[in-house]
Amino acid sequence: MSRPSSAVPLPDWLLLPAALAVLFLLVPLLGVAVRVPWARAPALLATAESVDALRLSLLTCVGATAVSLALGLPLAIVLSRRDGRLAGVVRTVVTIPMVLPPVVAGLALLITFGRRGVVGSALSAWGIEIGFTTVAVVVAQVFVSMPYLVTSVEGALRAAGGANEEMAATLGASPTYALRRVTLPLMLPAVAGGAALTFARALGEFGATITFAGSLQGTTRTLPLQIYQIRELDTDAALALSLVLIVVAALTVGLSGWVARRTVRRRTP
Amino acid sequence: MSRSHLHPTPPHLRAPYLRAPSRAAFLAIVAGCVLTLVLAGCGGARTAGGAASATEPRPVVVFAAASLTAAFQQIAATNPQLDVRFMFDGSPTLVEQLGARPDVADVLATADEVTMGKAAQAGLVAADQRLVATNTPVLIVPKGNPGRITGLDSSLAGKKLVVCAPAVPCGAAAWAVARNAGYDLRPVSEEQKVTDVLGKVTSGEADAGIVFSTDAKRAGDAVATLPLPGAERVVSRSVIALVTQARHPEAATEFIRLVTGDTGRAVLASHGFTLP
Amino acid sequence: MNDAAAPSWIRAGHALRLAASVRDRGLEVRLDVAPGEVVAVVGANGSGKSSLVRLVSGQLRVDHGTVTIDDEVVSGPGVHLPVHRRRVALLEQRPLLFEHLDVLANVTFGLLARGAKPAAAVARAHVELEAVGCHDLAGRRTWEISGGQAQRVALARALATDPRLVLLDEPMAALDASVAPSVRALLRERLRGEGRTAVLVTHDPIDALSLADTLVVLSRGRVVEQGPVGTLLARPRDPFLADLVGVNLVAGRGVSPDTLVLPTGEHVTGVSPVPLSADHAALASFAPAAVAVHRNVPTGSPRNHLRATVTGLEPRGSLVRLTAVLGDGAPLASDLTVAAAVDAGLVAGSEVWLAVKAAQVSLYPR
Repeated sequence: MSRPSSAVPLPDWLLLPAALAVLFLLVPLLGVAVRVPWARAPALLATAESVDALRLSLLTCVGATAVSLALGLPLAIVLSRRDGRLAGVVRTVVTIPMVLPPVVAGLALLITFGRRGVVGSALSAWGIEIGFTTVAVVVAQVFVSMPYLVTSVEGALRAAGGANEEMAATLGASPTYALRRVTLPLMLPAVAGGAALTFARALGEFGATITFAGSLQGTTRTLPLQIYQIRELDTDAALALSLVLIVVAALTVGLSGWVARRTVRRRTP
Repeated sequence: MSRSHLHPTPPHLRAPYLRAPSRAAFLAIVAGCVLTLVLAGCGGARTAGGAASATEPRPVVVFAAASLTAAFQQIAATNPQLDVRFMFDGSPTLVEQLGARPDVADVLATADEVTMGKAAQAGLVAADQRLVATNTPVLIVPKGNPGRITGLDSSLAGKKLVVCAPAVPCGAAAWAVARNAGYDLRPVSEEQKVTDVLGKVTSGEADAGIVFSTDAKRAGDAVATLPLPGAERVVSRSVIALVTQARHPEAATEFIRLVTGDTGRAVLASHGFTLP
Repeated sequence: MNDAAAPSWIRAGHALRLAASVRDRGLEVRLDVAPGEVVAVVGANGSGKSSLVRLVSGQLRVDHGTVTIDDEVVSGPGVHLPVHRRRVALLEQRPLLFEHLDVLANVTFGLLARGAKPAAAVARAHVELEAVGCHDLAGRRTWEISGGQAQRVALARALATDPRLVLLDEPMAALDASVAPSVRALLRERLRGEGRTAVLVTHDPIDALSLADTLVVLSRGRVVEQGPVGTLLARPRDPFLADLVGVNLVAGRGVSPDTLVLPTGEHVTGVSPVPLSADHAALASFAPAAVAVHRNVPTGSPRNHLRATVTGLEPRGSLVRLTAVLGDGAPLASDLTVAAAVDAGLVAGSEVWLAVKAAQVSLYPR
């Protein structure tokens, strides 16, 4: 039985630093909205460069989220059900890209998948070169954003416990059947939230992309790279594109929060 | 676990996996903020000093184009009286930074006149601009020419060519050369500064790149140079000027004189620059 | 120790044979369950009851020994049949219905998991829901039904899979006292009434009496007592059982067919269907309500008199539970009316005489 959060005592003085925190984050975002030349914005966003950057970002982020789900979900499930020392090490390693400066991530990817890299040289011999391609963009995005999916889903799985899956097993469900029909349906909100986080992180990815994938309109110049490119030449266009990024980020986060709230409301006695 | 309905798990214990990292993250953020403030304060105090005693080297902050890196560092080393702090980057980036904080540097040196013109138009630099040296673009390939490039021709088809973005001086030069030669330039990446282009060629990630002749010379035998048709007509003029709101104008003027004087010219020449 | 008086209807063969140990849990048990037999397992917390259940269900692995179900070795050296292939149903004190499915879908879950056709599964589910009295709940969500209803649905869900063995781990522990009797009646009907083999872990002697044939007492991971429910509960030989049933239990040695002598030297006479052998260990049990408390030595009447020191007084509704110890430290309890306790002016430390009528003492060999 949980009490409503408004019944928990709250020291009044906390509201001041809390308000300051909100202002600190809100004012720069509002600043962008204020400085955007609204009349010219549609035209600025319709240029070939802008459209290419928007399309490319959308394509690569959706791809990166899909890859993160395909690889990250299994990892999250395995980690949530194993407690040994190896699991602990894996968990730490998986978290590292989250705290790494993106440029370092880009460098690491370059050394691995670049032409003379550990994996890259083998791929080169077969005629496959990832550098300077859209694939490289997706690789960079997956590297920095998949850890978010893994950690958030693993946390949710552990919090939920394995009681449902154990019960399903006694009823005759094989581990795969239980995964399909019990774990995943119950975990959908957490997975959706994790995927949203992943998408948002991939959308904002810059350092690893520019180091590993390069910058070319239509191929590798995602939204953040385009903004970086034109920020001195055409500040108005940069602001308009920045606003697009902010709005998409807000929508993504808002959507995942709504999904989470919708499913928490159910409570079995 | 089977009795949890009798004693509901308090929220702060429900997901132990998340609890410890978030507390550690909070402390890390606080520590980081404090550290940053302290260092910023120290840094500010240091540069605000300005005029020191005659025996101490005088500080001067120089923003210079990436192509001038090696030459300028060598020039600064010839005068121990000056404590030169450099920032090397793409010329447009330097102008943007100066625009945000007009007193952050004392001297500005760009790789072409167009970019310096923008700085002058914004009132960031004095009208008096000196020509430092001129530079011409060249085509470079990694040592051994693995891509079998023969020049700005069909040998580049399907290969990875890297140049600077058109807004950057070395990019403007590259695109100008290509235009003059009637060649359709199709790079796989457009970098923001010439040192990034050089880096991608020396590491072998790119099959070819267009940089300034001085950059090619600096790379030594890590790269091989190929002739660019009409390159001698595309000349980038490196210009140096005093920043309007410079905090150390005397030291700045002294540095400019050093660069444009005999010592400077000798160093620049040795790095492959053409002198006016 | 394991002299189980086998019920006459036991058929040849065993539905469950367990002779296994788990080192980490300090568990070492032997247990045989005949087809159609319901075994109640009792014991103090930590005695290994839940571990025993998990050994049979397959959620716990054996270190040594084997678990055999219907002559198939499911756990043993080099063998561990996974949980989902054992066809052993489990009912816990929490119903654990799947929240993302409605009641009907919960019941069909096991059937569909085993590959049944949807139409057949739904038909069977309706039959099972009917059999637990929850037919009108089919379309409800799991959070819209009460705890008792949820436990019934959980039973329907478990039995729909035609398990060869049913395990119940304190199924009534989470239910309101007013709801438990009807669920107990349902279990009696579905388990004993349908001849299912079951192992029931419980704290409640009423559960054991109404649902089980055999009673097994676990203590520190081992079986210390095993036998027909009625016999064991009527004449408990284990302090835990005596406590469970709520009777006093004292140990001594036989002196005559119907009398034993306690370590304090005092004699206790009572009813003994099996005559006591002289000088053999014997037990006496009697209800707290049969114990009268006197400040002075009582005279006359054929009662047993025992000296004791009061250790505590505890109000329990309209009665007072008085706890005392005999001369040798053996604990005894007596239930007095509040008036009687107040009249006698009893406090902890008071020296008293406890009197019990011989007719109310049950004597039996140990």
